[in-house]
Amino acid sequence: MLLEIDNVTLHYGRIKALHGISIHVNEGEVVALIGANGAGKSTTMRAISGLRAISSGAIRFQGEDISKVRADLRVVKGICQSPEGRGVFPGMTVKENLEMGAYMRRDNAAIAEDMERVFTLFPRLKERIKQAGGTLSGGEQQMLAVGRALMGRPKLLLLDEPSMGLAPMLIQQIFNIITEINQQGTTVLVVEQNAQQALSRAHRAYVLETGNIVKEGSGADLLHDPAVKAAYLGVA
Amino acid sequence: MTDVQIKNGAPEPRGFTGKLNAMSKPGRWAAITALVALFYLMPLGWFADPPGFYNPLVTFSSDFGTVLFDAAIFVLLAIGLNVVVGFAGLLDLGYFGFFAVGAYAMALLTSPASKLITDYHWLDSPWPWLAALPVAIVITALTGVLLGWPTLRLRGDYLAIVTLGFAEMIRVIAVQSEWVLGGDRGISAIPHPPGEIGGEPIFGFVDPKPYYWLVLTVIIVVVFGVRNLARSRVGRAWVSIREDEDAAELMGVPTFKFKLWAFAIGATIGGLSGALWASKVNFMNSTTFSLENSILVLAAVILGGAGSIPGAILGGFLVAYVPEWLRGLGGFLGLDINTTEYRYLIFGLVLIVMMIFRPQGIWPNRRREAEIKDRQKEVAVGE
Repeated sequence: MLLEIDNVTLHYGRIKALHGISIHVNEGEVVALIGANGAGKSTTMRAISGLRAISSGAIRFQGEDISKVRADLRVVKGICQSPEGRGVFPGMTVKENLEMGAYMRRDNAAIAEDMERVFTLFPRLKERIKQAGGTLSGGEQQMLAVGRALMGRPKLLLLDEPSMGLAPMLIQQIFNIITEINQQGTTVLVVEQNAQQALSRAHRAYVLETGNIVKEGSGADLLHDPAVKAAYLGVA
Repeated sequence: MTDVQIKNGAPEPRGFTGKLNAMSKPGRWAAITALVALFYLMPLGWFADPPGFYNPLVTFSSDFGTVLFDAAIFVLLAIGLNVVVGFAGLLDLGYFGFFAVGAYAMALLTSPASKLITDYHWLDSPWPWLAALPVAIVITALTGVLLGWPTLRLRGDYLAIVTLGFAEMIRVIAVQSEWVLGGDRGISAIPHPPGEIGGEPIFGFVDPKPYYWLVLTVIIVVVFGVRNLARSRVGRAWVSIREDEDAAELMGVPTFKFKLWAFAIGATIGGLSGALWASKVNFMNSTTFSLENSILVLAAVILGGAGSIPGAILGGFLVAYVPEWLRGLGGFLGLDINTTEYRYLIFGLVLIVMMIFRPQGIWPNRRREAEIKDRQKEVAVGE
């Protein structure tokens, strides 16, 4: 098991945002976490990456409890995230953004290789290499955020709402690339409101509702689950 | 890699900085050297009052050398605050507090009238100037760390309030602690920097020029240091923190550590300017360290263009020099305007106008410009 979230609770002040959730991600998987706005998806991501401290429970990565480890050191351990709302550095160029993704690495030759790999995945980024991150379109920023997370050579790639604000064509494209990244050997945990895409791509998935895991199963099973269909896929 | 020819995403040559960067390397250095030489020559008699014509830049009613010294001190402060506000994006409203700490540390260590010597006998005799200067700087740096350690976990507005409180605290301590800092009776007989030429001390009571040249030299050294830092991994980390602190952390940047570094470096430069200032004025008391000064330094950084070293230099110079120049102009025209009284009003208006029409500052930083545009875009879509 690569990542194990064990009965985690998390509070914002006095408001309980996560009510003891348990999630696990095996090596090589794509796992999706779906749920409505405010269900706690992004909070779960923040807990895993360490931007937010958990109140109780444990987060284990490769068997080691990392719940007290600082966020920047979790990156060194191999957990890289493309944050919600993309979090592209607006004043840095595309290249500088990608270099930031490799900030904690010192192996310059391998970094250059990885940058080429990102450009192969996202040729569009190469065309925009000198452009400031803030001037990119929404889709390009999303590509940049994913590419930047890949620059950290993640063992676990966390994607927070990669389809947010994108046109259907682009959503399709982003998910194709996520599948490709996974096939190249990176484990992916993706948080999504676009349940259709996420479930059809994921090996396994969890449904999060108001801070609780209410369902889990294979992506295909959940895709055909009547309750999930009604709540998240817009079909009665 | 196929993109070796693209260096750091080189920007199109644009604006002052762009034109400077577009020059050939020797051309650029020649331009900078000429500018620096001009700064060194400025206080000399024939520059200030050239035979045959009239130099409109010289201040009429205040001694030009003294104005230049004060401006140089402000420039040094602006360069220091620029590290904190411009590079790391930490809003520090109490920066002048570090100036006070540096000045008091210097005064207490070097003055024979220091109560550490006369009343408490902690020191047997005043320290030599050169020994006291680094100690005063280290004390200020430690103050920066001490203030930063608990507060840098706060963000934005919260940090601004705490730093504001810090400067006020330093001022109140200066007023209240008569037992060591002397309150408004202050500390006198602060020695000048050492050195003599032909038996005459270089740094005397009357001539401000040597002090100006000393600060100017310090500025050049500090600019080189700060510029190299900004271009290093540390500088890149600061940019990432300023642009998106959460994202920076997700890149593996130890944000707290780098924020603390920015704070400590800023404090060091602030303390340095305070110490240099103290060793010119000979006497200082608690009335020097009013809150307006902190705001004025911040105004200098924002006016010049936060994140840009040339901007900070320009802003610091303008904030100190323009009121003196205007005062002279008023006198020349037969108007009795005390511009130092009005300068906050004037700078307030200028800042408002600037924020509307040129929020990136007079001599902006390229990145900072893009960030501001990005933020305006966000506001426009109502994020």
